[in-house]
Amino acid sequence: MSTIEQLNAAFVSALDIDEKQISDELAYNSIEEWDSTAHMILIAELEDQFDIMLDTDDIIDMSSVAKAKEILQKYDISF
Amino acid sequence: MISASKPIEGSSEPRVPLEQAAILITGAAGGIGRACVIACVKQGWHVFAAMRNKQEGQERLREALQSSGLNNVAQSADLLTLLEYDVSDSKQVKAAFAQIKKSPYELVGLVNNAGLMKDSLLGMTSLDDFDMQMLVNVRASFLHLQLASRLMTKNKQGSIVNVSSVIGLDGAPGQVAYSASKAALLGMTKSAAKELAPLNIRVNAVAPGFINTQLTHDYSAAKRASVINNIAVGREGQPEDVAATIMHLLSAQSAYITGQTIRIDGMMSI
Repeated sequence: MSTIEQLNAAFVSALDIDEKQISDELAYNSIEEWDSTAHMILIAELEDQFDIMLDTDDIIDMSSVAKAKEILQKYDISF
Repeated sequence: MISASKPIEGSSEPRVPLEQAAILITGAAGGIGRACVIACVKQGWHVFAAMRNKQEGQERLREALQSSGLNNVAQSADLLTLLEYDVSDSKQVKAAFAQIKKSPYELVGLVNNAGLMKDSLLGMTSLDDFDMQMLVNVRASFLHLQLASRLMTKNKQGSIVNVSSVIGLDGAPGQVAYSASKAALLGMTKSAAKELAPLNIRVNAVAPGFINTQLTHDYSAAKRASVINNIAVGREGQPEDVAATIMHLLSAQSAYITGQTIRIDGMMSI
């Protein structure tokens, strides 16, 4: 599975949305499904998918799909 | 206020099989910590026993396990993992959680037991002593709560027990800083319980009273008798008394209990 597929899988699983809804512009709290609880589930999914532990500051900053990609690159994950 | 939503369906059912389930216990070398390790191992959970000094703590834990007829446990990596770190050092705490995450076990329980008590009258309490108690009793517990809940979120199963104190509920002269730190744990418990309930993670606190541990070993006979005179059941508590309640809170038998503080004090008056 490519890293983008892993990323999408995490979003689909955590937010319970269709993969078609995922775009760089998709933002935290912009849809009903991406609320504060789902955000913590998303973090758990991303950590599991990429076998990493995110810093709290990165969790706070992860405000969109594009931002998630940017942050994950700090953990040597490229897209 | 950020609200939590979307409860998890069928949330009371354990999702992690017993053979993969693990409990992290901080302050595992202390009296209550050791009693919790023994009780959890007997329950069949893998235990991550966190202590500041592995060499010293390991010996104490080994003796306790042997006296409980669990000679094989200290040597078995399948049953017990010793973690050596300072709970007040966030980098070390994070590294410990990374080790748990990479292990074959899933964290389903946390006992926030590591604590620091420095008795002194209000006018004679240094800010350094105040800060140290807040650092160990509050900040370290917060960090463990934060990181443990992240690991538990993946499986949507978890129970966290914060070890507070009756002093946090009732207060006591000479313990203004300590009681403030233990009372802070109770607020943390209630808020975290509300926030994490939709993720099927429960958070409770216990408030032990006068328990026979290293912390009370230095009490004179007269002081000990005076304290026991104010305990309705007429005896000091044992670490096993505390561990039994913690075990209940960790287990699925308390699946409908969260955000609570349970006194374990034999009805003590302060």
